[in-house]
Amino acid sequence: MALQLARKQRMQQCLRIMPEPDSLKADFVEEMDGDVPVLRFTGRLTLPRLDDLPRRLEALERPPKRIDLTQIQRIDTVGAWIVHKLATENEAKIVGLDANGQTLLRQVERSDKPVLMRPEPFSPFLRVLDEVGDATVIAAQTMLGLLSFFGAILVGTWSVIRNPRRFRMNAVIQRFELVGVKALFIVGLMSFLIGIVIAQQGAVQLRQFGAESLTVNLIGRITTRELGVLMTAIMVAGRSGSAFAAQLGTMKLTEEVDAMRTIGVSPIEALVLPRLLATTCMMPLLGFFSMIVAMIGGGIFCWLSLDIPPLTYIQRLREVIPMTDLWVGLTKAPVFGAIIAISGCFQGMQVKGNAEEVGLRTTSAVVQAIFLVIVLDAFFAVFFTSIGWD
Amino acid sequence: MNRDDPIAIRVRGLKNSFGPQVVHEDLDLDVRNGEILGVVGGSGTGKSVLMRSIIGLQRPDEGEVLVFGESMLDKDELEALDIRRRWGVLFQGGALFSTLTVAENIQVPLREYYPDLSESLLDEIAAYKVVMSGLPPDAGPKYPAELSGGMRKRAGLARALALDPTLLFLDEPTAGLDPIGAAAFDSLTQSLQKTLGFTVFLITHDLDTLYAICDRVAVLADRKVIGVGTIPELLAMDHPWIQEYFNGPRGRAATAAVDRNSETRA
Repeated sequence: MALQLARKQRMQQCLRIMPEPDSLKADFVEEMDGDVPVLRFTGRLTLPRLDDLPRRLEALERPPKRIDLTQIQRIDTVGAWIVHKLATENEAKIVGLDANGQTLLRQVERSDKPVLMRPEPFSPFLRVLDEVGDATVIAAQTMLGLLSFFGAILVGTWSVIRNPRRFRMNAVIQRFELVGVKALFIVGLMSFLIGIVIAQQGAVQLRQFGAESLTVNLIGRITTRELGVLMTAIMVAGRSGSAFAAQLGTMKLTEEVDAMRTIGVSPIEALVLPRLLATTCMMPLLGFFSMIVAMIGGGIFCWLSLDIPPLTYIQRLREVIPMTDLWVGLTKAPVFGAIIAISGCFQGMQVKGNAEEVGLRTTSAVVQAIFLVIVLDAFFAVFFTSIGWD
Repeated sequence: MNRDDPIAIRVRGLKNSFGPQVVHEDLDLDVRNGEILGVVGGSGTGKSVLMRSIIGLQRPDEGEVLVFGESMLDKDELEALDIRRRWGVLFQGGALFSTLTVAENIQVPLREYYPDLSESLLDEIAAYKVVMSGLPPDAGPKYPAELSGGMRKRAGLARALALDPTLLFLDEPTAGLDPIGAAAFDSLTQSLQKTLGFTVFLITHDLDTLYAICDRVAVLADRKVIGVGTIPELLAMDHPWIQEYFNGPRGRAATAAVDRNSETRA
């Protein structure tokens, strides 16, 4: 509403720049010629001069039988349309149009055909059914698509293993840099802060039991087992998973992917495998880095706030973190990396149609990746506990 | 704003460059009121850049562009708006808004400039524009992605015509259309131009379009307009590019087709 008002003001300002006499405004007078009601238009019967003319025409009390256009100064298709509609509604005769005007009117008359403006209305019940059905089909198709995409990746991997010359070293190294090296700063900063938060919150709770020194156990175990890798996965999904979807989606739109196929380059080998390999290899490294930095962050908090000196802190960490915790963290990392890459690339390859789709697919790539990572994390937690790595 | 001025667009001493690459230098061009001016030139001679400078999407380094006798360069947003609603532009790919349906696309300029129009009148206007630009009646609720290339151009034309412009810019309207579709688009442009009486600035590579509908042709080469005139006038010029363009194999074929048509008509 406010927007409309602003627009109106802007248009009024705009029109005020060129003040033109009121006589140019589209207007009409009603007359009687004998017993024939006549509607005489005056001024410019054009879109910029219409103003409230259509509304006033709707409110006519006496339907005109003749429409006189002798006194108009100009007419455009909108004016012609209004005249035409008025004439057909009231079966009125149009008089007084010059040759150009008549051609215009005829053109508009010819264009008066029933045209569908909006999709046919649906009953609400049918629409609910329709949407539920669509959603089901799409969910099933996504599952199937993901499965076949996974299959295609396996086939691609196998063919690269058989012909190692087809392995794209340069592309993989480039991805290593983009996914791994360039993420170091942001992952580091995030982990450092997370380490501080865990230490601080843990210390507050544990103080109630007088067990503040156990904060070290908390930091050490939770970062190695869970948070280091999980937070890194979320960060990588937001950073690289989304980038994969957007890159491949755009390439799909510009038909680059199709061009590749026709040249005989498999998009799976050229685009997907390097990304998959890069995230799978980089996730454990980034995850490990994240664990260490989080522990440093926590350690600094402990030092400053709980008076645990760094050397003691490190020694305590070595005592309380079992080696299996590190294995738990590092086993999960490559799996999470693979999931992020696969959902990013899969969503990217699903793009078709328009540019908006790229945005939608990028969003679903990130959502899907994070969701799957957390679901799998829950499974891993149960699994590792049940094999005794607790 | 002088309506009796015979020149709709006046370009003087235009210079455009992208970094070290100079596209236009000292370019002059006049587009007369009510004509269809074809603009031709090899790839990369800056036909689209010329159009973008005229419609104000590209700020030229030097020179002057007058549209309806008014300079577009020193205008503030409000004044420019008033001129802008008097022209329509059809971009190369149609440039339809992909999240809106065809009908909504056509209504965008109407809603923007005339927010007071009633919903029903907006629908009616969009409806006859759809038919007028040769789209099928069920095209209204479709999204651009669901349209073929030719239909997208027609929808783009319908949107360009939404405000009943007095000046129409067409950037390669027939590129990528099949010959039948291209010929239909040509005759559509011509018949609309005859009835609505607007001026057309038409960039094209299509020799058939030039012969079929253009009143005059401007040739872009060597960073400027090297010739403007009817095709016979251009043929009389001695520039190698013009000679090669009109007398190359494709040029001859187009001429032959025009001759055949006029014979069958006679």
